[in-house]
Amino acid sequence: MKKNFLGALAVTTALSPVAAMAQTEVQFWHAFTGRLGELVKAQVEEFNASQDEFVVVESHKGNYSETLNAGIAAFRASEQPHILMVFEVGTATMMSAEGAIKPVHEVMAESGASFDPDAYIGAVKGYYTTTDGDMLSLPFNSSTPVLWVNRDAFEAAGVDPDTDLSTWEKVGDVLEQLKAGGEDCPLVTAWQSWIHLENLSAYHDVPFASQDNGFAGLDTELMLNGPAQVAHLTAMGDWAKDGKFIYTGRRNEGGANFRAGECALFTESSAGYAGISSEAEFDFDVRPLPYWEAVISEPQNTIIGGASLWVMEGHEAEEYKGVGEFLSFLSSSDVQANWHQNTGYLPITADAGEVTRAAGFYEQNPGTDIAVIQMTTKEPTANSKGLRLGSFDQIRGIIDEELEAVWSGEKTAQEAMDSAKERGDTLLRRFESANQ
Amino acid sequence: MEKRVTFRGWLLPLALIAPQVIISAVFFFYPAGQAVWQSLFIPDPFGLSSQYVGLGNFEFLLSDKFYRASFVTTAIFSTLVTLCSMIPALFLAVIADRLIKGSGVYRTLLIWPYAVAPAVAGVLWLFMFNTRVGVVSWYLGQLGYDWNHVLNGTEAMGLVVVASAWGRISYNFLFFFAALQSVPRSVIEAAAIDGARFWRRFFTIVLPLLSPTAFFLLVVNVVYAFFETFGVIHTITGGGPQQSTTILVYKVFSDGFVGQDLGSSSAQSVILLIVVGLLTVIQFKYVEKRVHY
Repeated sequence: MKKNFLGALAVTTALSPVAAMAQTEVQFWHAFTGRLGELVKAQVEEFNASQDEFVVVESHKGNYSETLNAGIAAFRASEQPHILMVFEVGTATMMSAEGAIKPVHEVMAESGASFDPDAYIGAVKGYYTTTDGDMLSLPFNSSTPVLWVNRDAFEAAGVDPDTDLSTWEKVGDVLEQLKAGGEDCPLVTAWQSWIHLENLSAYHDVPFASQDNGFAGLDTELMLNGPAQVAHLTAMGDWAKDGKFIYTGRRNEGGANFRAGECALFTESSAGYAGISSEAEFDFDVRPLPYWEAVISEPQNTIIGGASLWVMEGHEAEEYKGVGEFLSFLSSSDVQANWHQNTGYLPITADAGEVTRAAGFYEQNPGTDIAVIQMTTKEPTANSKGLRLGSFDQIRGIIDEELEAVWSGEKTAQEAMDSAKERGDTLLRRFESANQ
Repeated sequence: MEKRVTFRGWLLPLALIAPQVIISAVFFFYPAGQAVWQSLFIPDPFGLSSQYVGLGNFEFLLSDKFYRASFVTTAIFSTLVTLCSMIPALFLAVIADRLIKGSGVYRTLLIWPYAVAPAVAGVLWLFMFNTRVGVVSWYLGQLGYDWNHVLNGTEAMGLVVVASAWGRISYNFLFFFAALQSVPRSVIEAAAIDGARFWRRFFTIVLPLLSPTAFFLLVVNVVYAFFETFGVIHTITGGGPQQSTTILVYKVFSDGFVGQDLGSSSAQSVILLIVVGLLTVIQFKYVEKRVHY
């Protein structure tokens, strides 16, 4: 009865903030709609029902870019929320905003909520911690790229679906066989810069940018025109020319092709699981992201994509206490395990992974643990901890443009990446001077 | 003697023009002034600090060859949108004007596309030309043409032009049609009696009489192509492939609201303001001379 009453109270307070005089209110702005939006709402309701001191009010503010913009505009108008969801490419922007953000490790220390930085998976939290190991924002939804296989398409083209796809060399041979077997769309990808440059670099333990990929300072320069990256893009460009790699767009447009059963291989986030498992009417398989044997004998770890939760400056101590409690609740094993199993996002704590394994989830859903293994078997290096570059959303746009020139055959991979470096560096210098 | 009504005192006339002045000040002069002021700084996104750079933002922009290329893209795009929205509109208006029966139905149907918001129009066209499920691209494929605006810059430009011009044809049609209705029948009949055929009558009598309307539409359509086509670009191409559809106003948005570079974005909007201002002055100074009222 009491639970119902509190649930009802949470709903009414969401509608009229004035009613929340007795409880301390915590505003939480996020970028999730649809199924993910429902899951976030459920988490918030569960937290609100679990105690009666604080009320978290969640609101959807558009896509990732729009949510970040809403947060920035609100801060300028002194109306900022307590918790703001920011996608990983906005990390450098948030980090540099001293005076606008309150680091999570500080919030947790002040609020007295239970917080153990070591409980979080290194490769996940690494993206959001300082070089000294202090957590700045709480990882929320993180995923990493994997290789999706349409087994039916393999069989239709007369290729063994269990064939080894661990290296790009082998994938290259398979693409040839698929094409020869009459497959029109052997390989398709989502998020090309994230998978085929950012992750490619980390996975082969080569730098994407100087200064430890930007972690060590703002005076960083892109290094994406190195031999490993250029060799990969040259191969991809050749595959594009031969009709073995089909380019569908800058975001995850290729997902529609793959889910409809039109493509044989698909490089996409592990979080594509929810969509693929519900829509695909064919037998599919998840494999680790391939690597180039010629570059590295054993791959490093891949890096994450997704978003983290930032705490904004300018609120009362009592409210930060509520923020701390909420973040601590989100990190708890059960909440994380549920989130991981429902969405395909990575668990942020090692415990949540264990809980999931113990429940037999990985056995019932084969392949769902590949992303976790790919991220955690090796300790991250300076090249594979993540990326921290200013104006990174724009730099990704530049990379997209240059990659399109490679796919259409207008530029060689080397020319395109040299140009991307030059253009990206200009933006990095501008970001540096704006944040001195 | 002309009869004039004048106000006694200042209070009433001031009160009457006040709403217009206030609206202009709040929604135009204040933001435009802010843009000019901000274009002199490199601020951080949160407004915590900002660095005075004088004309540094303008130097940064004009030395960027991609920004300069964006002027050419914008010129091509605006010219094509203006032509593609005015010529078919004029043609349709002339045809509809000749109809005796059922012209009301045609008029109504032809105005519908104007009611569709640009972003929605963009999505509609994107669906038709979608490389995977698009109806039009499927038919083109049957004819042996491999449509791929995702990688082909010319096709992408063609698509955003058509999508931007489409809804605009209705708007232009409305004006042309109204103007055609006001062409005096007696003049046309006199020419007809003299033996002038339809197209001759059209070019020597009707078109000159339409020139004030055409001029007005030219100015309005150029402004439309420069500023309001943003939604179409955003939904269809996002400025790509490469930079083949990145027009100036789209760059203002992407640098300001995606890149959080408010200094550069402000400087770009100032430049855009100057360009459109100059264009309008040129239009009034040179084109208007050929207009007969």
